[in-house]
Amino acid sequence: MYQAIVFLPLLGFLIAGLFGPLFAPRFSEVVTTSLLFVSLVLSFVAFADVGFGGQTAFVPIANWFTSGALKVDWAFRIDTLTVVMLVVVTFVSAFVHLYSIGYMREDAGRPRFFAYLSLFTFAMLMLVTADNLVQLFFGWEGVGLASYLLIGFWYHRPSANAAAIKAFIVNRVGDFGFSLGIFLVFALTNSVSYDTIFAAAPGLANKTMHVFGLSVDAMTMACLLLFMGAMGKSAQFLLHTWLPDAMEGPTPVSALIHAATMVTAGVFMVARLSPLFEQAPAALSVVIVVGATTAFFAATVGLVQNDIKRVVAYSTCSQLGYMFVGLGVGGYGLGIFHLFTHAFFKALLFLGAGSVITAMHHEQDMRKMGGLRKQIPFTFWMMVIGTLSLTGFPFTAGYFSKDAIIEAAYASQRPGAAYGFLCVIVAAALTSFYSWRLVFLTFFDAPHVAGAHDIETQPAEEHDETVHHEPGDHHGEGTHGHGSHEVRESPLVMLIPLAVLAVGAIGAGFAFRHWFVGEGFADFWKGALFSAPTNHIREEMEKVPGLVSLLPSVMMLVGFLVALHMYILQPFAARQLAEQQRLLYRFLLNKWYFDELYDLIFVRPAFWLGRLFWKGGDGRIIDGIGPDGVAARVIDAARGAVRLQTGYVYHYAFAMLIGIAAFITWYLFGGAR
Amino acid sequence: MFGFGILTGVIFLPLVGVLFILLLRGADAATLNNARWVALITTTVTFILALWAWAGFDPANAGFQLVEARSWFSNKIIYKLGIDGMSIPFVVLTTFLMPFCIIASWRPIRVRVKEYLIAFLVLETLMVGVFCALDLVLFYLFFEGGLIPMFLIIGIWGGKRRIYASFKFFLYTLLGSLLMLVAIMAMYWVAGTTDIEVLLKTHFDPGMQKWLFLAFLASFAVKLPMWPVHTWLPDAHVEAPTAGSVILAGVLLKMGGYGFIRFSLPMFPEASAYFAPLIYALSIIAIIYTALVALVQEDMKKLIAYSSVAHMGFVTMGIFTMTPQGVQGAIFQMVSHGLVSAALFLCVGVVYDRMHTREIAAYGGLVNRMPLYAVAFMVFTLANIGLPGTSGFIGEFLTLIGAFKVNSRVALFATIGTILSAAYALYLYRRVIFGKLEKPSLSGILDLSAPEIVVLAPLMVLTVFYGVHPAPILDACAAAVDHLINGYQAAFGLTKTAALALTN
Repeated sequence: MYQAIVFLPLLGFLIAGLFGPLFAPRFSEVVTTSLLFVSLVLSFVAFADVGFGGQTAFVPIANWFTSGALKVDWAFRIDTLTVVMLVVVTFVSAFVHLYSIGYMREDAGRPRFFAYLSLFTFAMLMLVTADNLVQLFFGWEGVGLASYLLIGFWYHRPSANAAAIKAFIVNRVGDFGFSLGIFLVFALTNSVSYDTIFAAAPGLANKTMHVFGLSVDAMTMACLLLFMGAMGKSAQFLLHTWLPDAMEGPTPVSALIHAATMVTAGVFMVARLSPLFEQAPAALSVVIVVGATTAFFAATVGLVQNDIKRVVAYSTCSQLGYMFVGLGVGGYGLGIFHLFTHAFFKALLFLGAGSVITAMHHEQDMRKMGGLRKQIPFTFWMMVIGTLSLTGFPFTAGYFSKDAIIEAAYASQRPGAAYGFLCVIVAAALTSFYSWRLVFLTFFDAPHVAGAHDIETQPAEEHDETVHHEPGDHHGEGTHGHGSHEVRESPLVMLIPLAVLAVGAIGAGFAFRHWFVGEGFADFWKGALFSAPTNHIREEMEKVPGLVSLLPSVMMLVGFLVALHMYILQPFAARQLAEQQRLLYRFLLNKWYFDELYDLIFVRPAFWLGRLFWKGGDGRIIDGIGPDGVAARVIDAARGAVRLQTGYVYHYAFAMLIGIAAFITWYLFGGAR
Repeated sequence: MFGFGILTGVIFLPLVGVLFILLLRGADAATLNNARWVALITTTVTFILALWAWAGFDPANAGFQLVEARSWFSNKIIYKLGIDGMSIPFVVLTTFLMPFCIIASWRPIRVRVKEYLIAFLVLETLMVGVFCALDLVLFYLFFEGGLIPMFLIIGIWGGKRRIYASFKFFLYTLLGSLLMLVAIMAMYWVAGTTDIEVLLKTHFDPGMQKWLFLAFLASFAVKLPMWPVHTWLPDAHVEAPTAGSVILAGVLLKMGGYGFIRFSLPMFPEASAYFAPLIYALSIIAIIYTALVALVQEDMKKLIAYSSVAHMGFVTMGIFTMTPQGVQGAIFQMVSHGLVSAALFLCVGVVYDRMHTREIAAYGGLVNRMPLYAVAFMVFTLANIGLPGTSGFIGEFLTLIGAFKVNSRVALFATIGTILSAAYALYLYRRVIFGKLEKPSLSGILDLSAPEIVVLAPLMVLTVFYGVHPAPILDACAAAVDHLINGYQAAFGLTKTAALALTN
């Protein structure tokens, strides 16, 4: 059964990839989507079996490679953490497949698109079922590949190609740390298999070791290196720059890969490796600080973006930061719980945004939208549900998971937790503000006719490249917006996934909190998430004062009211504020200038060095002193000789023969002695 | 067979093909086609024979197998052949690539076809000989002799600057080979024989080892090539015809790595340990420096050539870690690179045959008209990057994990190379394949033809197959590598040492 869950999407990829172009696109759509739904049903069975039936399983497949002490197998580790991820991945993936049938209906590359989606799902499933670090890495890079292919799906657009390469390379930077982490773990434990390294971890706590010329705590170093991989994949602060650009991909891709599943791989990895991280408290403090910084940073940038998808992208980035804060304080269940609920409401928001974009004929600029709630009421209500859940409206999914993380950050005694609490509580208000801003700009107010009374147009025009139009728009320029075009609700095949995800966005928190973070914790996880005996975060959370528990809801309300004030009650307030705080506004609009900074300190120097080494190093120094210099003399000597190419071969053969002759002569002398 | 064994058969069978081609008279199209068929059939049969040798090979046995020996110059210099786990992968790789070279040359080569095919067949004999020779003089003959047909291939059928490329090739290799010859003489002086099996058991004086090591290094470093003696490679690749590049990247470079494993490590263990830091340093420079240079290349072949140098950096680093992972990884990396870089040069050849330019700027948007080509190129690009699931990953991963155990800083710097390789490879792919097809010259370009598919498809399959199931190669060399490492450690009286000392 587990083999089927994982390999059916691979089968779908192969069928759609090899035979898709031979048939009508409908063939690929139906094959991949139905295989995914089979996988989904089986995942539910697995979830019930393992989560509630307690049948943890180990499924060996084959040996991958063996070299000396290093033995790497293809194998599945099926425990509660795995089946939770199986459900999340196959659930979102299946409905995104379904949704894509509608969303991509005008695109000629559908077989390729569905093949990539299934390839992604396969890699993601390999990642979550991995039984060792190297297979995890296989899935890790596999999802990176699928992400690269899908971001660059519309390959005729330079911006999509640039974004795809950027995503791959930034992730490689993270993977640089990840692979070094694997090497270090292997050096420490002589194994890469989870069972062995988890068993060895307690014995390695507080050991010092000499690595990279430094004397450091072994487990802290290992965890920090592994966490670097997580930072890349989950777009955490400093390695986040690829995620907003990844919105170049089709919107269903953003929902599946860049919101619900792949970007949460880093969270999954830290939770999976909780037996290691528990032995490295210093590393966990770093996790808190990075997560909290990301949560705050991404939320501030989200405040001013005008592209509907970019707002949701920064929101994703920020929510991933929340998850890491949850993990960092030792509440691995909290991080995974938020991952679980976030998958529903964020996929819902993205697919809802996709529905808006379809309705607006591939317009993504919110300044050109407005008043859509009457025209696409179903999408509107779905977006509202997603927003409520994201902002933590009481009893929606996000309320349970996000507020729990905020409480845990308050309760935790770990260094860095106070900073974490501060960041996430402020970010809660910011989240509420930008989420409602999105809803108000898109669905309320009068329709914005371009150029008439755009709210934040003035300062933003200089930076217009942040707003993109999805292709497939064959209506030509100047007919954007709905002044000249009818805005229609999306087809049913797109609305059903929205409805299903909305159910999750409302109910997933309430239904599962008992198991994920409540009294059923131990029964449900059965040790899949490891807590050291010194980890008391769950007891400490219960002692949090009532006022603190109430605080997230207050912040949510504050954010909502400010957004209401600025975008509904006083429509010009936002623009006035932007003009008053021009510097700050531009700083945020330009994403804290990270892209420019990285271009300056990494990209340009790399090309500059490459040219220097090529022309200077290879050309002037090595060739200049070596062959060219010598060759010049040889040419002098050989000028006038017979045809060159044969001439030098003869030279060469001649030299070799002389060598052989000399040797044999000498040998004969030697032999005569 | 006439008192000779199967290895003699594999080595000299191509010469039988040469004989047949020489017998063909005339230069009309039919005759040339016959010559091509003769070459193709000969190389295919040779490959099958090599597979047969592989089937008869026992991977559990660490010693030399299928040994055959005859006296040659008295009984001191002998004709002795044999294979072990470290050479059989290369024998099979060499014979595997040859038929593809013949097919890839079918249409593009129009002048002096018979001579071209003869050069390739002779080259095959010499290359296989290198990997089978168990006598140092015999090895030297094959090793250096292989350059002559390669010279001819570049010099006669090459591009515009072929003379310059030959010059460089000539100067570099001459220096290296002469030093190696001197070293061979010195070794004979000490051991009284050039039998490799005996030499492997001979202990050379540590002071002498250093000189011998340096002399061999001079030859192998040029061949591999290592930084800073790599600059002949980009020029040679650029000027060579497609099949020439395939053999150059696929097999000739591997002779250097093979030489290190066959001679330098086991015969000069003390010197190897002494010079290992130097090799590490050169490897790291190769990995980072040439990757950066590859990033700014404007010529497709040059870019891939520089990426080859970077990949060979992983090989030298892996070999001198003296760990099972490092050495096995290096061998695997060489085989994998043999497949992948050969395939990449074939891919460049595909568009070169159509457009007669290798300028990256001359292309763009090929995916619009060449979807099959885009897929093939993507698979090999990913393997070049070392994506898990392709053969490129295994070698890189094993050499790095081996290096980390020995010296974590070496691994740290070398791992940077994995970021850079993604950068230059994807950047190349984007410029050539993606984008809009806007250049009028490309508007009529055709997708892969049937022969091109026949050539690229098996390489694609193998690239992925060895990525998920590398055991055939790793298992073949496991016992021999263990033997090598045990011998190396015995030289120091060492048992297993833990490189990372833990303290409380």
